[in-house]
Amino acid sequence: MDWKDTDYAGWGRALRAKGAIARPDTRAALNRLEAAPAFGMRRSYGDAALNSDGRAVDMSGLDRLIAFDPDTGQLQVEAGARIGEIAAAFAPRGWLPAVMPGTGFATIGGCIAQDVHGKNHHHMGSFGQHVSQITLLQNGQEISVKPGTRLFKATVGGLGQTGVILRATIKMQRCAGDVMLVTERRAPDWETHLALLDASTASYTVGWIDATATGEALGRGIVEEGESASGLVRKPKGARKVPFDAPHFALAAPVVRAFNQAYFYRVPARGRSVVRPLQDFFFPLDKIHDWNRLYGKRGFHQFQCVVPLEAADSLRAMLAEIAGSGLASPLAVLKRMGPGRAGYLSFPMEGYTLAIDFPNRPAARALIKRLEARAAEAGGRLYFAKDSLAQGAQIAAMYPDLPKWQTEVAKADPAGALETDMTRRLKLRSAT
Amino acid sequence: MNSSWIILGATSGIARAVIRKLAAQGHGMFLAGRNQTELEAIAADCRLRGARMAEVMTFDARDHSNYGDLITRLRDEEGELNCAVFTGSMPEQEAIDADPNMIEGVLADSLTGPATFLQMLAPLMEERGCGAIAGVGSVAGDRGRLGNYVYGAAKAGFATYLSGLRNRLGRSGVHVMTIKPGPVDTPMTYGMELPLMTTPDAVADDILNGLARKTNVLYTRKIWRLVMGIIRVIPEPIFKKMSI
Repeated sequence: MDWKDTDYAGWGRALRAKGAIARPDTRAALNRLEAAPAFGMRRSYGDAALNSDGRAVDMSGLDRLIAFDPDTGQLQVEAGARIGEIAAAFAPRGWLPAVMPGTGFATIGGCIAQDVHGKNHHHMGSFGQHVSQITLLQNGQEISVKPGTRLFKATVGGLGQTGVILRATIKMQRCAGDVMLVTERRAPDWETHLALLDASTASYTVGWIDATATGEALGRGIVEEGESASGLVRKPKGARKVPFDAPHFALAAPVVRAFNQAYFYRVPARGRSVVRPLQDFFFPLDKIHDWNRLYGKRGFHQFQCVVPLEAADSLRAMLAEIAGSGLASPLAVLKRMGPGRAGYLSFPMEGYTLAIDFPNRPAARALIKRLEARAAEAGGRLYFAKDSLAQGAQIAAMYPDLPKWQTEVAKADPAGALETDMTRRLKLRSAT
Repeated sequence: MNSSWIILGATSGIARAVIRKLAAQGHGMFLAGRNQTELEAIAADCRLRGARMAEVMTFDARDHSNYGDLITRLRDEEGELNCAVFTGSMPEQEAIDADPNMIEGVLADSLTGPATFLQMLAPLMEERGCGAIAGVGSVAGDRGRLGNYVYGAAKAGFATYLSGLRNRLGRSGVHVMTIKPGPVDTPMTYGMELPLMTTPDAVADDILNGLARKTNVLYTRKIWRLVMGIIRVIPEPIFKKMSI
């Protein structure tokens, strides 16, 4: 059977869809299917991977590594290959994908379609900047797409609207080995936190932020800097699972405050350096399978925006509003981004990005709406990989290249066969 | 010492998960099946994931004419030989009712094809005195049921064959493991509503653990040992009226 009626959701589980899903595991099986939007491991939080009452193709079974050239570091893979599997297979041989997002479960197709970034964005730019070729399936035809073309720019960060991504060649970079040397430092407040991020020269830099701290401690957190290294370290333990949906009070405000307090003071005041398995540094949450169930069956939203460097104060004001709301979860990240981006709809801009999870409740949704308005006012941008609540007009103003993307998409998929819940909600293909 | 795995039915859903894990451990891989294009793709994937080598072999459970050539090739490969069997086909029982000649193919895919090959491979493994054979039967082989008794009969036959082979090869240090998976979420079962379903990845983990522990008969998921234990003891006069 090719199509199966399925109830499915984005990673945040707040947005859901019902529709027919196919899961081909060979090219022949994929060729049998009529055109439909494709998704990978559905790690986008909102509705980027959903197609309510329509069809969608699960590409996670087409996940083979195809070829690797050790002279150039070029690796060709099928779109469903997981970034974490590639890292695990190649790091012992001294290679890593140049850019890796915060979960190893993201597929190469997904990394391209969202033009993801990693903890090294300030040096290496976005994922799409290290893609040297993409093979698309467009109306039954295979099309090879190269950097520098308009179709490439519309495909990278293009939410799968230019065709189904079948294969891609990515440029790997050299690494010292499969462990990370990690330096952790406390940042007692917002100013210090930004200063540490600004001054960091490490290959990988990220800040965990305590989004419940207020007053003097507003913006406090831990700045982590990492360099790849080789040596012996305990193998990561097998992943644990969340066996059921947690009750709604599991992440209630006092619990989160207590957790964050402990998490902050876990790092000594003078800082510390530790050696970690590569997976623990890059994909810390992958150790707990289905961690999204911690938010209960109502699910959660992640808010992520980036604002220009000069708008740092606006971001501080947003954080103050979040901290005052008592709605934040322990999962909050602050990072300085460089300018690197590869597509018309790529998220990154030079500035600071803040990402925070909120349980899916009316108060949190209202807060996110206010944060979105603030991000827009600050000249910032929202991230399609995370968004589930924004509106079309807001988005159009944040993405000035949207019309160029629309022109390419109209050529690539004139019938609109690849539209998703997200492109419809945000009117991405029609907004002016 | 060199170690190699021969995989019969290498394009099957469960096989692919097992192959990945074996490749990552650095074994040499002989990938046998009918679809050469797919096998070549899997072989390339194996090499990139760390396999010592990966080679494609044409293997058709319904055509034994080239088995001799395959054995000759394997004789040249030094070191420990291991073999895992994932061949099998499960047509709808109604399709078989409509065309009883299909039974021959079902028996060939799950039983006579792989048994013929293993019978030819066995002396080679006996000579070397090491290695393992893992063969996929099915919980469907534990009792003939209304829904798929031809498939069940083929798998039951293969399980009995493996039991005998274990008895023989155990004497020379070769371990034989019978795998009895319940429903697994593969392309073969996609879209079916089946109880206690598991994933190819979980089955692959169970298989590798079972091999490490030299398990004789492995049920995966484990609960199936209990379920089938109960189903097996239902007296025939009652069972024949049931449709489970």
